[in-house]
Amino acid sequence: MPRPKRIRRVTNPPHFKGFKPLGLPDGGAPVVINFEEYEAIRLSDYDLHGQVEAAKIMGVSRPTFARIYESARRKIAEAFIDGKNIVFEGGKVYFDSDWYSCNDCGCWFNHTEKEQEISSCALCGSANIQPYSEDDDAQLEEVCQCPQCGKEFQNFQASDCNGDICPECSCHMIRKSMSPHRRMRNQKCRMQ
Amino acid sequence: MKVAITSTGNSPEAKLDSRFGRCSYFAILDTESQGIEFIPNPNKDSIEGAGPASAQLVASKDVTKVVSGEFGAKVKSIFDSLKIQLVMLPDSEKTISEIIELLNHKN
Repeated sequence: MPRPKRIRRVTNPPHFKGFKPLGLPDGGAPVVINFEEYEAIRLSDYDLHGQVEAAKIMGVSRPTFARIYESARRKIAEAFIDGKNIVFEGGKVYFDSDWYSCNDCGCWFNHTEKEQEISSCALCGSANIQPYSEDDDAQLEEVCQCPQCGKEFQNFQASDCNGDICPECSCHMIRKSMSPHRRMRNQKCRMQ
Repeated sequence: MKVAITSTGNSPEAKLDSRFGRCSYFAILDTESQGIEFIPNPNKDSIEGAGPASAQLVASKDVTKVVSGEFGAKVKSIFDSLKIQLVMLPDSEKTISEIIELLNHKN
């Protein structure tokens, strides 16, 4: 049995149901675009994120993001060429929004209408607000460490650290957040 | 615009209920007419699914904002897809009337 699909995060679902071609009699089965495919198009081609970045926003791996994006583009092409309707429906997704905290009344609130810029607290109307981010854990994930000299490097590729080599002692690097027993296995340099 | 506030009692002097799904009452405030309606929560003693059931009740009242102490994981995604704004007030001892005052300050 294959591993279950990871649930994709969608921060901005479409606010309408789909598209219809002009000047054609209504008919034929519509092309169904999943919310995750819509989100992939939005992140890549509207917000102009890179694939690595966009994959992180949706909570999937970079190759998975590329597959979702590819499938979305094929569906759009099919609808364009064959003059089919497009409906936005389904997909293995959950909806998420950005959170903010207010420094005056101490409340937390989220932001559902992405089109409008948020400038004041939803409760007391104070402008003293700040966005909430949970990047602390994510950043640890992205740091590669050399097992030999302990030097740390930012992993920009979001790839496995094992492929990177420390410029000082030419060791294979390991992820800083890696569990201790896997860490031992990866300390190839010390064994030699 | 309508705002739902979770309440421990059915008067404006009651405190904010820190839980959403199993709160005692929902206070539905109409910010235009300043009318408050208190609805007893039928899901108060549910074992499971209190959050989604309460979310449905609140959404049926056409509110655009919900104020509570905390929200569960199931509730959050429901409100996100319904485009209802969530406001969390952790560890708050504020009464319903104080929260209404805060809300009015904005308008």
